[in-house]
Amino acid sequence: ARSNTALGRGLLALLSRDTIDEATWEEVEDTLLMADLGVGPATELVDRLRVRVRTLGERDPQRVRAMLREELLAVVDPSMDRSLSTSRPADPPGHPAVVMVVGVNGTGKTTTVGKLARVLVAEDKDVVLGAADTFRAAAADQLATWGERVGVPTVRSDRDGADPASVAFEAVKTGTEAEADVVLIDTAGRLQNKAGLMDELGKVKRVIERSTPVSEVLLVLDATTGQNGLKQAAVFSQVVDVTGIVLTKLDGTAKGGIVVAVQRELGVPVKLVGLGEGPDDLAPFDPEAFVDAIVG
Amino acid sequence: MFSSLSDRLTATFKGLRGKGRLTEADVDTTVREIRRALLEADVALPVVRAFTGSIRERALSAEVSQALNPAQQIVKIVNEELIGVLGGQTRRLRFAKNPPTVIMLAGLQGAGKTTLAGKLGKHLKDTGHTPLLVACDLQRPNAVTQLQVVGQRAGVEVFAPEPGNGVGNPVEVARRGVEHARDKQYDVVVVDTAGRLGVDAEMMQQASDIREATQPDEVLFVVDAMIGQDALAVAQAFQEGVDLTGVVLTKLDGDARGGAALSVATTTGRPVLFASTGEGLADFEVFHPDRMASRILDMGDVLTLIEQA
Ligand SMILES: Nc1nc2c(ncn2[C@@H]2O[C@H](COP(=O)(O)OP(=O)(O)OP(=O)(O)O)[C@@H](O)[C@H]2O)c(=O)[nH]1
Ligand SMILES: Nc1nc2c(ncn2[C@@H]2O[C@H](COP(=O)(O)OP(=O)(O)OP(=O)(O)O)[C@@H](O)[C@H]2O)c(=O)[nH]1
Ligand SMILES: [Mg+2]
Ligand SMILES: [Mg+2]
Repeated sequence: ARSNTALGRGLLALLSRDTIDEATWEEVEDTLLMADLGVGPATELVDRLRVRVRTLGERDPQRVRAMLREELLAVVDPSMDRSLSTSRPADPPGHPAVVMVVGVNGTGKTTTVGKLARVLVAEDKDVVLGAADTFRAAAADQLATWGERVGVPTVRSDRDGADPASVAFEAVKTGTEAEADVVLIDTAGRLQNKAGLMDELGKVKRVIERSTPVSEVLLVLDATTGQNGLKQAAVFSQVVDVTGIVLTKLDGTAKGGIVVAVQRELGVPVKLVGLGEGPDDLAPFDPEAFVDAIVG
Repeated sequence: MFSSLSDRLTATFKGLRGKGRLTEADVDTTVREIRRALLEADVALPVVRAFTGSIRERALSAEVSQALNPAQQIVKIVNEELIGVLGGQTRRLRFAKNPPTVIMLAGLQGAGKTTLAGKLGKHLKDTGHTPLLVACDLQRPNAVTQLQVVGQRAGVEVFAPEPGNGVGNPVEVARRGVEHARDKQYDVVVVDTAGRLGVDAEMMQQASDIREATQPDEVLFVVDAMIGQDALAVAQAFQEGVDLTGVVLTKLDGDARGGAALSVATTTGRPVLFASTGEGLADFEVFHPDRMASRILDMGDVLTLIEQA
């Protein structure tokens, strides 16, 4: 019943009000914003939490933190399939699994290829690297050094500026002839707003697929990246159909919260995380650890 | 995806039109929109807070309430404040009275330091200097090779006595680089260093030791324009670790709004000197605070509107 007395209104306001004070709510929102979740997702999450808290009549800020953790974990979605397709495709037979690694400049693509090769070698797989970054100074040398480090061959062009699609094609061909299990293709960093470079990337993939299907396209996102990360993911997905995210540089202070929006908007799961510059600093994405790092 | 700040402010101001005077509630609404725009542009939250605080104060002051069009006056204030924080006038490189001038580059992994070394080398050479690039990243695979290639493309000498890939002492190389420049009459030394995290105490100490050994005239913090909230913590760590003298914002050829510029300028109190705008050696320009302000706020058209008013 609607109350018209001043006392009644006061009581009503009191009952419908959050039992947690505004300062706490602000803190909760700040936590999410400072992790690069973005204003939209952060506000939505806090609003949902407010409703829950109000319904439950929760009064303990500690419990609210725990509920925040639950809500965030739900958004990150632990049930997503985060496995890597690195098995040789059944059809056509006789071909290696091909993994392409893509992303904007300096995110950690080449390093990720090196680390991933290490993991696959440890699984007893035969791996070939393809240096399809023919553009950046010493990019192929950098990849070849990684190859030596982890004991796998690198297919590269003998000159700078060669056609990256041809190098990728050659690498896959070499992998097929050598009956390798996996071919990892490193590509040049490119900003997603450069149409010409994005077309070039699309071509690399198409040319590979003339002989062999591409099993995985991993987009490497730098955890320090802010809201632009969503645009990166959107455009790269459009051009090469990204199948998984590698979130690098999580060993720093950045939380990488932009991947929450990336997963939600594009449905592309984070599969791996980079935790350093060494060969062993690659790990499967762990939703709980990710959320705990944000919630604290 | 998001409507731009200019759209949103225009909508907000529509409701205000004709009132002639802004109430506190009007100011709050406007400030909230500005807050949101800054956050979407990746300005760090504490910086957003301080910034909108001063906007609010000025918006409630006499200069606004007596203005012909208070709403537009607010936008003007936002723009002015932003340009102010970003450095107002551009500052040029500082050269040493007794050459060689030493420029040390520092920053996170992958920010664009080595590429910048090449760009600076070319720029300096084009302006009549004799620069020397010094390869002090002895950690990342083939960082030395990369600098050598970049130097070759720029037509600039590279001092690289150690092969890198884990071999050699970066502090020693830096010291010898400056010595070499002095002996061989190079007048500017650009010291390329390894990427490092703000929280890596050991690597921060190394950067500090390089600074100590080379006594640079400029210590430039190289930061990726795409960086988000972490810009604050990282800038703080580098400021404390190596005492920066200036900032270079890279990858501005992308479509990130670049709010980090504001975060970094606020925390370090150091001016942004240059903008890196591509992978090529010539993709490099003097930083323009006014353009950056418009970019962060995405309000080029609002400013045009104001000029017409
Ligand atoms: N701390 C840390 N550094 C990383 C990580 N992954 C890569 N890096 C470093 O980030 C820098 C860039 O890595 P690269 O692998 O060269 O990046 P990229 O994406 O191949 O770069 P481009 O090919 O130039 O676009 C290097 O200094 C790496 O050592 C990580 O997980 N943590
Ligand atoms: N689009 C674009 N790319 C850039 C710019 N500056 C650097 N890059 C690219 O960013 C990547 C990383 O650049 P580097 O110069 O190797 O960065 P770094 O800071 O030396 O990296 P580390 O030594 O590994 O810490 C490379 O692919 C560069 O070509 C820029 O202004 N725009
Ligand atoms: Mg690379
Ligand atoms: Mg470098």
